[in-house]
Amino acid sequence: MILAQNLTKTFGELKAVDDVSFDVAQGEIFAFLGPNGAGKTTTIKMLTTLLKPTSGKVEIDGMDPTTHQNEARKRFGIVFQDPSLDSELTAWENMDIHGALYKVPRHIRHERTEALLKLFELWDRRDDPVKQFSGGMKRRLEIARGLLHTPKVLFLDEPTLGLDPQTRNQLWIHVKALNESEHVTVFLTTHYMEEAERVAHRIAIIDHGKIVAQGTSQALKQQTGADTLEQAFLKLTGSSIRDEDANATDRMRNMARIWQGRR
Amino acid sequence: MNAIYILWLRQLKRYVRSRARIVASLGQPLLFLVALGFGFGPIFRRAGQGNYIQFLAPGVIGMTVLFTSVFSGVELIWDRQFGFLKETLVAPVPRILIMIGRTLGGATVAVIQGLIVLVICMLAGFRPGALGGVPASLGFMALIAILFTALGTAVASALDDFQGFQLVMNFLVMPIFFLSGALFPLLGLPKAMSVVASLDPLSYGVDGLRASLIGLAHFGAATDLAVLSVLSAILLGIGGYLFSQIQL
Repeated sequence: MILAQNLTKTFGELKAVDDVSFDVAQGEIFAFLGPNGAGKTTTIKMLTTLLKPTSGKVEIDGMDPTTHQNEARKRFGIVFQDPSLDSELTAWENMDIHGALYKVPRHIRHERTEALLKLFELWDRRDDPVKQFSGGMKRRLEIARGLLHTPKVLFLDEPTLGLDPQTRNQLWIHVKALNESEHVTVFLTTHYMEEAERVAHRIAIIDHGKIVAQGTSQALKQQTGADTLEQAFLKLTGSSIRDEDANATDRMRNMARIWQGRR
Repeated sequence: MNAIYILWLRQLKRYVRSRARIVASLGQPLLFLVALGFGFGPIFRRAGQGNYIQFLAPGVIGMTVLFTSVFSGVELIWDRQFGFLKETLVAPVPRILIMIGRTLGGATVAVIQGLIVLVICMLAGFRPGALGGVPASLGFMALIAILFTALGTAVASALDDFQGFQLVMNFLVMPIFFLSGALFPLLGLPKAMSVVASLDPLSYGVDGLRASLIGLAHFGAATDLAVLSVLSAILLGIGGYLFSQIQL
């Protein structure tokens, strides 16, 4: 359903994504994990027509997003890492614009909007401008919106960032249910390892633009001899912090942390 | 078609809801009208050119439409920063339609602002020559609006953030306004100035407005119409192309 072959993206000198290959089957939940700046979001942008790959091949349901953009776009829904709502408009209007852009017929659009807003407990606030919403409510609205046009593939780029445990739980229950009942293929990134372990059928770990391991959560743990996915992740990606520009103090702290870890 | 309509409607809703912006954007034309109109009025009359308010009003309307439409185009940067742009860029709609929807929305807002200023000008003493000229002036406002919204969109497509916005205002919009003949007659200008004015698209817009509102034209309404239409089509093309090339 989602295919990447030798996918590479360079920005000047920097290889953000370096020869990445994976294949996500229909109905699969695939987690893409990696430290900050590892290339997760860049990969998602290439899969979702926002960025052109430097080289390599991508496919969504057999459609190449670089040549058949609109065919590919019809097939996926996406929840972006950072907000993408129009905060001057109401929740209902944001849903309605989305539905119209995806050519969902009006009555179906209204029915589904109502169902989704109720599901994510935003129905009572449907006529309030989004700028009055809390971070969690905006997140929920984005997720509801991504599901409005019943996509075959759902991209979730750190969808639970900044959500409380209740909402996170609710979100994953819903994603799993959707995957089971409508066989929606899900491609997700997250920093919460327990979430990946809980919902994903298969996991790929990316670091410095390269996939360092791929398999079920069980396989990754076996491969690294770790008890938890979090440990496996740290073993595979090291424990240094990868903020794009670490300063001298950060580097010293990391050194100290590595040294302590070895003891 | 639906995509164009829904994005047009979005621009309009945003406009109607931002009352502060409406009021703020009317302050400048009002200031020009009052300060220049009444300030230079006596000199203009003594120079034998007649009533300055009559001459100035179409220029101030043109200015309002120019500023509002460039700003609408540049709102693209805003959408890029606050994320809504991504939502439209991954939608299964050809980007040219998204660009057209945005442009028409921005242009409609600019025409409404122009109309409000026309009414204000009439309250300040401006009298259109014939009432039949008002619909024709609407057509010119629409052309100015489309032309400059497309220009704003083209510029904004190439800019990443607001750093460049000040540059656009100072080196593009201000010269376009001041050199357009919105404030002074183009007749009898120094050669260089007259050449520059004839290269300024707004000159034709303001000329068209004057032709329709007070029956006074420098280039002639037909020339104005032709120049504005051709330039609008070209800028829509360029803007559409640059917009379709946006990568995030």
